[in-house]
This record gives sequence, C-alpha cells and structure tokens, in this order.
Amino acid sequence: MTVAAGDETRSAREVEAAAARERRRERWWRWQHRAAPYLFISPFVILFCCFLLYPLCRSIVLSFYKTAGPRQMQYVGFGNYLFLFKDKLFLAAVANTTYFTVMFLTLQIPISLALAVILNSRRVKFRNFFRFAFFSSHLVGNVFVAVIFSMLLAQRHGLINKAIGLVLPFVGTELNWFAKPELAMPAVVFAALWISIGYAMIYFLAALQSVDRELYEAAQVDGANKWHQFWHITMPGIRPVLIFMILVGTIGSYQLFELPYVLFYGVWTNYAITIVMYLFQMGFEAGDIGYASAIGWMLVLIIFVVSLIQLRVTHVREEAAS
Amino acid sequence: MSKTGVLNYEPPGAAPPPPLPALPPPQTDVYQPRRSIAQIIGSIVLHVVIAALAIISLVPFFWLICATFKRHEDMFTYTFLPWSEPKRLTWSNFTWLFEKEQFGQWLLNSLFVSSCNTVLVVALSSIGGFALAKYQFAGKKPLMLLMLATMMLPSQVLLPSSYELMYKIGWLDSYAAIIVPGAVSVFGIFLFMQAMKTVPDELLQAGRVDGCSEIRLWWEVALPIVRPMIGAFTLLSFMSAWNSFLWPQIVLQTQTKYTLPIGLTNMIGQPSYITPYGALMAGTLLSILPVAILFFILQRDFIAGLASGAVKG
Repeated sequence: MTVAAGDETRSAREVEAAAARERRRERWWRWQHRAAPYLFISPFVILFCCFLLYPLCRSIVLSFYKTAGPRQMQYVGFGNYLFLFKDKLFLAAVANTTYFTVMFLTLQIPISLALAVILNSRRVKFRNFFRFAFFSSHLVGNVFVAVIFSMLLAQRHGLINKAIGLVLPFVGTELNWFAKPELAMPAVVFAALWISIGYAMIYFLAALQSVDRELYEAAQVDGANKWHQFWHITMPGIRPVLIFMILVGTIGSYQLFELPYVLFYGVWTNYAITIVMYLFQMGFEAGDIGYASAIGWMLVLIIFVVSLIQLRVTHVREEAAS
Repeated sequence: MSKTGVLNYEPPGAAPPPPLPALPPPQTDVYQPRRSIAQIIGSIVLHVVIAALAIISLVPFFWLICATFKRHEDMFTYTFLPWSEPKRLTWSNFTWLFEKEQFGQWLLNSLFVSSCNTVLVVALSSIGGFALAKYQFAGKKPLMLLMLATMMLPSQVLLPSSYELMYKIGWLDSYAAIIVPGAVSVFGIFLFMQAMKTVPDELLQAGRVDGCSEIRLWWEVALPIVRPMIGAFTLLSFMSAWNSFLWPQIVLQTQTKYTLPIGLTNMIGQPSYITPYGALMAGTLLSILPVAILFFILQRDFIAGLASGAVKG
C-alpha cells in the first residue's frame, strides 16, 4: 500500500513537473515570438548607429573645425566651406571629375548599349561566351585594373600606345599619358571603360529581353525598318534602365578614386585629381580631417544637385513624350 | 531553374531569370524568305566585329598572364611573349613575390578580412531583412526612412569622422576597423528585405503551429527560399571587400597587416628601388584569381541577381 501511494505521489509530482516545464516552454516560446523582430534587427541597428549615423552627424560637426590630426581642433564656422570656393585645387578636382563623368558616360552608355543590342540579336552564335568575355573585366578590382593599365599605358612600349601607333600612325606611340595634363583623364577613362562596359551591357541585355517581342513583329508588318524599331520600340522599352544607368554612372563617377590614385601613384602630379582624391590628400596626408569633412559634404551636395537635374530633365522629356 | 531545398518553391522576385531566353521554334506558318547572300555576309561581318571587340576586351588579361613570365628586362621588349626564345621565360616573378615581398602574408590577410566581412554582412543583412519583411515592430518606419536617407549619401563623406572614431576607440591599424563597420550594409538589408517578402506567410505560420522558434524559421524556412539572393550577395560582398582600398589604406599602417590592394600599390613608386614590374603583374594575377574562382562557383546566381536588380531599379 505504502509503496503504491509513494508511486502515486511521485508520478503526480512528475506530472506537475512536466506541466511546469511545459508552461515554461510555452512562456519562453511566447517571449521569443514577441521579441524576435527586435532581436533580429538589433545587431544591425547597433552597428548602423555606431558606424554610420554617428560618423555622419560627427562629420557635420567636424566640417566646422580646422584640425591637425584627430587631436587638435579649432572652430572656424563656415570657414572651411568658404575656403573651398577659393581653393584652386578643389575647383580643379571638381572640374576634372565632371570632365571624367561626361566623357565616361558619353562613351560607356552608347557602347554598352550597342553591344547589348548586338548580343541580343538571335543571329549571333556563342552568345554566352561573348557575354562572359565582355563581363569578365568587371571581376577585377579597381586597384588591380589601375596597376595593369599603368603598364598598358606606358609610353612607346605600352600595349595601348603600340595599338594607337598601328591604327593611327600619325599619332604614333609617343603619347605620354601620365605627363600631359590633357591626357590624364582620358587615360583614366580608358581603364574605367574596360571595367564597366561589360557590366553595363548585362543590365541593358536584361532590359532588352524584357521588351515585348510582339511589338517588333507588329512594326515589321507595318514596314518599319530596324532604325525606326530601335528608336520607337527599343528605346522607350529600356528607358527606365537607361535612366537608372546614367544616374548610377554619374553618382559612381563623382566618387572616382582608386583608378586615378593608383594610375598616378608615384607620378606626383595633380593632373588627374578627383574630388575624393583631394579629400584623401587633405584628410589623411595633410591631416586636416575637418577640411576633408567639408569636402565630403560638398561632394554630397554636388551629387545631389546633379542627380536632381538629371531626374528633372528626364522627367520633362517624359512629359513631352506623353 | 534551381530548386530551393525541400520546399521546391520559387520566389518570383528573387528567382533568377533564365540567362538568355531559348530561341523560339521556327514558325512554319509565317512566310519566311530564304536567307539571301547579303544576309549571310551581314551575319559574318557581325560575328567578326563582335569577336574583335571580345578580343580587345580580353587582351589585357592575356597580356597580364604573359607579363608574369617575362624577365624584368624583357617586359617591354616583347609585346606579349618572347615566342622564339622560350628559355627567356621565368618563374622568378612569383618567387620574388614570396621572398622579397610579404605577398603570402598579404594574401592571408586579404582572405581573412574579406571572409569575416562577408560572413558578417550576409548574416546581419539576411536576418535584418527577414525582420523588416516579415514582422511589425515599433520604430520600423522611422528606421527604414533613416536607412533610405543614408543610402543616397556617398560613403566617402564618412571617412574623416570614421577615422576619428577609430582613433578614439583605439581600432586604428586593426582589422576590427575594417570588418565591423563593413558588416553594415543598407543596400544588403534592403536587398534581403525584398527577397524575404516572397516567403509565404502561411509557411511561417505553419512552422509556428508546429512549435518552430523564430530563429529556426529564419534559418530553415526563409533562407533556403532566398538562396539565389544569398549567392549573389555573397559574391558581391566578397568582391567589394577583396577589392576594397581606400578605407584599409587609411586605417592599416603596419606593413605586415596590409591587404593585397594596399601591398601591391606599395610596390609601385617606392623611391628606394626600381619597381619590380614582373612581380607586380604576378601579384595582380594572383590577386584576381580568388574572385574569379568564386565567380565561377556562384556565377549563375550572380548574373541573374544583377539582372533582376536592374529590372526592378
């Protein structure tokens, strides 16, 4: 009897313990269900605040100081910004970067679009191979491209000069890309085009494939030639991607740094100076991180204004078209 | 296309579109003129032009490979290789890299930094994107607006103040300064948010009914569905970490801590010696290879990811 009673109480205790465990589990489950989103997002939010939001706000503050390294600071108000407009090197950097952006985009967009149109043609064989051939250069990092092109652009013996001598004998092989101010940015454009044409082509190819093929068939029935088809079907069809590519290309071009920096590393000229290069020079070679912050904010402003103008222009055209 | 785990479910947004659409079957009921001679010539011209362009775009690679086997004095004497004198070829450029420069060290550093960075950024972005896509929580709207606003900014504006921050917390000349801030990717979290939206709510609810914890829902339900996005984003993150130059150049100071891009640029223009061009080219080739290999492993996801991003953008 006693044994049985003991058994009973023990099993009753066990049942209760199991129920308690179950309740705890239930509570834990409810808690993790409610807390989940906060737990999931918090690592990101913490790092986002520490390493993005804080430096962002701090750089506004810094841009009002003149500094020598991170330790010595002196408040100058808007002095940094005002000085930027008188700083010849900064103005040269802005002009250079703008020059690069215009030259780069006017070459990159048509060439990559033309390549995409050709590759999209059903008559072309080995399309996958060609697509990879054009895209592969994008895998090479900017720094490595700059290292390669510093050799390819060498005077007289460099591959590019040899090719120019072959194709355009009256120019010859003597172009010194690194020592002539008017050749500096074209040299950078060469390298930039090599990296990005295949990459842009992939975007255009994707856009071309989303254009409705029936439209072309209808146009053919109506007797439109290839040129008309391109302007009246293809261009409107890929318009969003085209605008996107121009915008992204502009923003990226204004942030140009690695290519000219490494190409002109050890040349010690400022022929290819860009805005970000100047920021780097002022902030980390001259040590004035306050002035560098001001340059950074001017870069923000320039990119903002240029993008706004571009969006405005394309929007106006859109309205005119409709 | 790729089957995503046991679920065999294809998210419309994240699913890679086919690389190139298959050619439609020949239309027999439509009148088709036979291909004229002009058309055939046109087709040949087209192929010649495109092949020439492809060769132009591949020539730098070929030149680079040739340059790594040339002696210093032959570098510019021969355009590509000394074809007639194969004895002039040499391995010395590669041995120079490992003996005279700290190339092996830089390679390991680059691998370590880029891998840590990639793992962290993929983990943080995917779990954060999951939270943004599938949960409602306090502060979600303002957080997203804030993220969107910072996305528009060029990251270079952060350089001076980040440098100051690293100086204050004593992270200068350490990998933490590269890896930890590199884990924050607003672009990545938005990318994953878009992809995670395609995970069906019913599936998550079913998991909950079965007593699956939220973290397991992320790991075992959501992640397999967005697998193509993970592939593309992993490659993208690894590439940008591997090629990253400006920020590491600012924070790293000791030569043994250099990553590849910084180590290689430091081989150029040292006033004390003549730049070892052959070794520099060999180093460049070896630096490109890891990314190329990773690309071949993940390429389908990658190109598709690019393309789907373009259509959405």
